[in-house]
Amino acid sequence: MNEELSAIWQSFFNWVMGIGPRPENEVIPEEPPPDLPFTQRPKDKYSRFHEATLKERYSQWVEIHGLHIFSLLYAGLSVLTCIVIVSLLLATVAELPPFGHERNPANNEVIRRYVEHGGHETGAQNIVAGLILDYRAFDTFGESAVLFTAAVSVLMLLGASRRNKTDDGTSPHTDGAGRNFLQRGPPELSLHAVRRDDAILRSVATLAIPIILMMGCVVVINGHLSPGGGFSGGAILSTALILAANAYGFDKVHSFFSERTFIVSSSTALMIYALSKGYSFFTGANHIHSIIPKGTIGNILSAGLILPLNICVGLIVAGTLYGFYALFSEGDI
Amino acid sequence: MIIVEWLLLLFLIVCAIAVSISKNLLNSVIIFMSYSLVMAVIWVLLRSPDLAITEAAVGAGVTSVLFFLALRKIGQMGHKDEGEK
Repeated sequence: MNEELSAIWQSFFNWVMGIGPRPENEVIPEEPPPDLPFTQRPKDKYSRFHEATLKERYSQWVEIHGLHIFSLLYAGLSVLTCIVIVSLLLATVAELPPFGHERNPANNEVIRRYVEHGGHETGAQNIVAGLILDYRAFDTFGESAVLFTAAVSVLMLLGASRRNKTDDGTSPHTDGAGRNFLQRGPPELSLHAVRRDDAILRSVATLAIPIILMMGCVVVINGHLSPGGGFSGGAILSTALILAANAYGFDKVHSFFSERTFIVSSSTALMIYALSKGYSFFTGANHIHSIIPKGTIGNILSAGLILPLNICVGLIVAGTLYGFYALFSEGDI
Repeated sequence: MIIVEWLLLLFLIVCAIAVSISKNLLNSVIIFMSYSLVMAVIWVLLRSPDLAITEAAVGAGVTSVLFFLALRKIGQMGHKDEGEK
């Protein structure tokens, strides 16, 4: 019994190691040259007899079957992951409270406070403006700071090459020497130079830009009275700037909105926002009487700090969005 | 009014599918602009005009302009621009 087992193991070991008795009808292929890498040896069905070590056979097996098994495993695991995530999300959705039910957690005393007392506590006719610029003004400050930080980072990244080149005395925005790596093609064929002769675009822009600017100012200044506010008004103002830059060229816009204007106006607006809202939070938290008047609801000069804060946010957003466009288009504000 | 809302929502779905299956990138961006515009109308119908203004200004305006800029950078704005380059 023991000898039988050891004989079976011996034959199995021989089979694994590639030695041992061969079939009678085997056609023994010619020995390949030993210095040939094993991938180039003839791969017939008896090639396992020629493999020297287990390791070599293992690496060949990986090479032949590994990719196949890996792709199978990849597909299976991705399907499994999708199913798990989808079922988790569906289970979460099934646990959600019904839409619009009066006992939902969203319908708590906070929203009642905002709707009932928001008017005379913030002085804003537009409850949304009173919410985002009075109750939740700190969030809006964070958003504006994030936008400003993003624009300054892009300015540092893309403006560095221009600044290095303009040290030689070349003008930064009138010739092609200051263009950075983002500018494709030769400088004389840059798109805003080509587009400068577009008569249709120029006449439409001449008509549209004042209206867009006025619309943006109205949306910003009436932020506490009507829908809108600093963010959307600033976006409208920035589209007017982008249209002007496309129609008249970046040099015209550069004459009144340069990088220095952008930095100064944005950082001043952020500072005003932080200081005035800090004062407001300080007095509110310590029950000190604030000197900022609330005004009558509905007047243009009302709602305390909301109007100046809207203007600050509008300045930051307008400068940032136009700055993104100018930087990615020209590498220069 | 409910029919108009359903039509607009249907248009949104059609736009969203068309953006992803459109071969021309310029067409995709223009369809995406119209998506934002219809979304702004739906915001007005849902009585949130603040969101509508922001959606129209940012979604249909600034985002599309930045997309056009990106398309110009990678040279996908159409045959005329290709010829000029």
